Amino acid sequence: MKITTKNFGEIEINEKSVIDFIDGIPGFDHLKKFVLIENPEEDMQFHWLQSVDDGDVAFVVINPFLFKPDYDFEISENTIIKLQLEDPKDVAIYSIVVVPEDLTKMTANLAAPIVINTKNKKGKQVLLDSDKYSKRHYIMEELNIVSEEVTKKEEEAL
Amino acid sequence: MLVLTRKADEGIIIGKDIELKILAIEEGKVKLGISAPKEVEIFRKEIYLEIEEENKSASSQQVDLTALKNILIKK
Repeated sequence: MKITTKNFGEIEINEKSVIDFIDGIPGFDHLKKFVLIENPEEDMQFHWLQSVDDGDVAFVVINPFLFKPDYDFEISENTIIKLQLEDPKDVAIYSIVVVPEDLTKMTANLAAPIVINTKNKKGKQVLLDSDKYSKRHYIMEELNIVSEEVTKKEEEAL
Repeated sequence: MLVLTRKADEGIIIGKDIELKILAIEEGKVKLGISAPKEVEIFRKEIYLEIEEENKSASSQQVDLTALKNILIKK
């Protein structure tokens, strides 16, 4: 199917890749269907969660474990039931990123991760009721540290 | 909005399977116990509103991710 988007113009998406957000996403409760558009640049870790119903709505998302390897939260029973999760290996986690004009002030929402059951394509934004993680977690510095480490390891390997 | 006055240890039943109980009232705070089916989600309102706001600001941005490439350290 074809959808018209603000960021990418008209794009062709595979219906099988549509993720069903049964509860919508807070603030966008009426939008239930999204697709994950992976960044075509392999070394870029930012992807898009694009609404299928409203082409103007898209979120930049990132795998939070890239910059926060010890990120840890429990998926509630409610979420397990809603997403019909059966196996931990079917779980994909993303964080919504806010990209301000000053890119060094970029933040990821660690307080409300996106949980996706990759097997049945059901997704949900989970609100963690705890002070452990911030909804505005600065990520640039941590991302740079990670890529520095990767560079070091690659240099050592040579 | 329906307004009911309740004392500590009293409760309210909503529908067939949701129960709210006033556990304690102290120092300007009310401690509530909530029994509801697992599929019913319960949030502190301000947390939900904060995430709504955060999502709205995340979706309204015009993002040129290629700019990001230049400031992330290249491999």
